[in-house]
Amino acid sequence: MAQAIPAGQKWWSGGKSPFNVEYGKLMMWYFLMSDAFTFGAFLISYGSIRFASNGWPDPNEVFRAFPFAPESLHLPLVFVSLMTFILIASSVTMVLAVAAGHNRDQKKVTMYMIFTIIGGILFLSCQAWEWTHLHGEGAWWGRNPFPNADGSKASTNFTNFFFTITGFHGFHVFSGVVINIIMLIKNLRGDFEKRGHYLMIEKAGLYWHFVDLVWVFVFTCFYLL
Amino acid sequence: MSSIETTADQHQDHGGTGVKAIMRTFWILLGITLFELLLATIHLKTNGAFPPKAVLNGAYLILTCAKAFYIIAEFMHLRHEIKNLIMTIAVPALLFVWFIIAFLWDGNSYKELRNRYDEHHREQSLIKVAPASEEPAAKKPGAE
Repeated sequence: MAQAIPAGQKWWSGGKSPFNVEYGKLMMWYFLMSDAFTFGAFLISYGSIRFASNGWPDPNEVFRAFPFAPESLHLPLVFVSLMTFILIASSVTMVLAVAAGHNRDQKKVTMYMIFTIIGGILFLSCQAWEWTHLHGEGAWWGRNPFPNADGSKASTNFTNFFFTITGFHGFHVFSGVVINIIMLIKNLRGDFEKRGHYLMIEKAGLYWHFVDLVWVFVFTCFYLL
Repeated sequence: MSSIETTADQHQDHGGTGVKAIMRTFWILLGITLFELLLATIHLKTNGAFPPKAVLNGAYLILTCAKAFYIIAEFMHLRHEIKNLIMTIAVPALLFVWFIIAFLWDGNSYKELRNRYDEHHREQSLIKVAPASEEPAAKKPGAE
């Protein structure tokens, strides 16, 4: 976009949007800021409690199962890598939908939005499987069957934080999928074509990328560290 | 649209949104994630000998921040917005630096103090328990 702006542009002399973005998009950014602080508060309280604990469960022992794989097979990180891949891929299809929107290509927007929605649903299914599996192992809010890495008895902090934070993130993914479905329907109705721009797709895209961004941190904090 | 003009809805040129740039970012993100997994796997296969846990965690944090940068800058297009907008996002986000240092430091300090002054707590955390997989299934509340 930089080339469309004349050099020495005076943004604050009136008559122009000083930030050169549409109002709704700017507000989406500020909403995402506040949401980032909510997730930040969750993750930092998790870190704070973890630093205050003498022991903590080893994520490679907890997250080692894969659907349809025998219980004896230890596959640490494999399933969560798949989930990460799905979410990154759906972020890519989202940004391709935004690019198609810039070119006012209604058909391509539809196609990429469908891919993005499928990615979101796949991610949610993976999470549902993981939660079910962990619940089957005896883990839930208020109960933790996994001992600490050093073999001592663990408190329920680990499971409480895990289910709260991945649950809050999963809820964001769910709302993102709903928003994307609404955008898909509006696109199919030709609303954006009539309006002459696809800024709504961009705003939904910002939200969707943010969900991906949060997952990057959840992935690091719970599965890697 | 509104009566206030922006150049955002004209888009003859869109810096980071070309398909090539998108795919490049995708490969970078995928590459970083695979590299993280590679490090984790080496760490597991060498029974935690290499790379050492502290080095590994530092690497994870740096790589995570790199991923966050690419998502925000390219996918969310922030790098191609004008500077004032970038600053209203980036400057408040710097609060996280203080948040993380302060709260992790505080958690660690609480652990040290508690271990020093609460002997019972310290002793309890030294007792080993049997691994969960050896417990009978009926004991697990989730396995009904």
